[in-house]
Amino acid sequence: MASERVFMKGNEAACEGAFRAGCKFFAGYPITPQNEVPEYMSKHIWKHGGVFIQSESEVAAINMIMGAASAGARAMTSSSAPGISLKQEGISYIAMSELPCVIMDVVRCGPGLGNIAPHQGDYFQATRGGGHGDYRTITLAPNSVHEMAQFVYLAFELADKWRNPALILSDGTIGQMMEPVDFSQMPYVEPPHKSDWCVNEHQEGRERHLICTIYLLAEDMAPIHERLIKKYDRLKREEVRYTDYMSDDAEILIVAIGSPSRVARSAIKAAREEGLKVGMFRPITVWPFPYEVIRQYAESDRVKAILVPEMNWGQMIEDVVLAAGCAKPVHFIAKHGGLTFTPEDMLEPIRAIRANPESPATVWVQS
Amino acid sequence: MEAAKDKKTLTIDGKDYELVFDRPESLSVKPFTYCPGCNHGTIHRLIAELIDEFGIQRRCIGMASVGCSVFSYEFFDCDFISCAHGRALAVATGVKRMRPESVVISYQGDGDLAAIGTAETIHAANRGERITTIFVNNAIYGMTGGQMAPTTVLGQKTTTTPEGRDERRIGWPIRMSEMLALLPGVAFVARTSCHDSKNILKTKAALKKAFRAQLEDRGFGLVEILSNCNVNWRMTPQDGVKWVGEEMTKIFPLGTFKDVFAEEKEKLPAAARESADASSEETEV
Repeated sequence: MASERVFMKGNEAACEGAFRAGCKFFAGYPITPQNEVPEYMSKHIWKHGGVFIQSESEVAAINMIMGAASAGARAMTSSSAPGISLKQEGISYIAMSELPCVIMDVVRCGPGLGNIAPHQGDYFQATRGGGHGDYRTITLAPNSVHEMAQFVYLAFELADKWRNPALILSDGTIGQMMEPVDFSQMPYVEPPHKSDWCVNEHQEGRERHLICTIYLLAEDMAPIHERLIKKYDRLKREEVRYTDYMSDDAEILIVAIGSPSRVARSAIKAAREEGLKVGMFRPITVWPFPYEVIRQYAESDRVKAILVPEMNWGQMIEDVVLAAGCAKPVHFIAKHGGLTFTPEDMLEPIRAIRANPESPATVWVQS
Repeated sequence: MEAAKDKKTLTIDGKDYELVFDRPESLSVKPFTYCPGCNHGTIHRLIAELIDEFGIQRRCIGMASVGCSVFSYEFFDCDFISCAHGRALAVATGVKRMRPESVVISYQGDGDLAAIGTAETIHAANRGERITTIFVNNAIYGMTGGQMAPTTVLGQKTTTTPEGRDERRIGWPIRMSEMLALLPGVAFVARTSCHDSKNILKTKAALKKAFRAQLEDRGFGLVEILSNCNVNWRMTPQDGVKWVGEEMTKIFPLGTFKDVFAEEKEKLPAAARESADASSEETEV
């Protein structure tokens, strides 16, 4: 790769980001629309000194990741909605064991088998833990092919820093589309050594290492929970990431992630040509969620209303409402069944909200 | 092995005694918490003795599973991972692939290996993962209080087959070793029992080959060990042991189902076969 700028598919860019971060283990099971991930991994990970396993199931894949992460390697798995449901058991164990790893969800439409069209129905399972018990995964939401690579790269860094699983919450559109990626800010790195806690073949002269999630006595479990809660609190303070687009003077603030946030940019440009001051706030970490920044927007005199477009029945909007309180009306527009937004889908409600910030057609929570 | 070193002595009340029987180095000092009559302790000891004999304690990584042996990690002194129910061999795969120089053992019961983890078992075996698996078959779910296991025999009463296991309702006891022997990735698979000393020694011989399968990079190694669960069988320990030897072995015949070492020896010319016999101790099961 002489030039650092490459034209590639989102799913493949994610793999390149992983290689650059020193990912040495990938296990996964084919599911559309993320098949390029295991395919690309199977072709290229070996020359980076890594191992690819096409697992017998999603359940096995996530447990293989648990093993590889326990052994101190940077490890990753990838799937799409129904497959991520299957991985939840393993993610719960990984979170409780405080093992770093990266899990990518190229979300398709659910519930059930659903279809293979892009969707955002996995927001809850990505940001609320997803499996049994109390835990959280660091969750990054890319909206471009470049960010697929960049966020996987970053996810490995954050996972190791916090000894916590990190999740990439993508969608079928971002995974399948092609765009240029600039790898200049993603140099190949040697992953950190984890010999102070990982299981390995060098046990001479040290206490044995135990990776464990079972603490039968409540008195033993409580301090572990408290340690995790403290970690999550620090994560909430230190790792919130977001970006914005023309939001400095915005009277209507769109809050969006993933492919709808791309459509929102087009809608914002068109709205501004009509003289409507619209901007966008885009969370990069959806866990930890940027509640505080959204609250500040909502409480500013300038912002009249917030609009949340999602390709689901309303999930991230619950976080936005939690952040905004009842300071300003929060509106919701949706695309169902795997359908995607057009700029006009957003422009129409924007015009209505401009005329009436409490526009009943889209209002979710009134101020 | 430690015994090969100088004789150990023990001083009690000012008197020196020669130490002739000791805890293997690879067992931790924690006393076993298993029920009286249970064979887990015996099996743990056999594994620990072999780890000591092979001199691999400091590169051994264990997988604990879910069931009565959920706390097996407490009893071995080496790195360990406590795995989700049925997933030990998937976790083991991730470990072994990233740490090929380690020695990975997976210790699982019948529910873990032959019910909830059947897929993980078959596919780890089929990939020929260099993992040594210890499969303890006691025909019942012990930890949860005596429910039917995939290996519960026909007619056997459990808390979920109160009238006895009926194949028309819930099928037959599953024979994992015979199934696994069909897979090319398996280097060694045998079924042994712990109901008497002779069979305990045979179990150790089989376990040794399951370790060799990994140490010599031959493939997947598994020993299915028939084990007593007198508590949940509602028997005395003596009756339980007797039931293993007399009844369980009818449904689960003891024997070696796949042995690449033996197959190899058969292929050797007669003279070489004799010298191979002389150089390796008898481990036929």
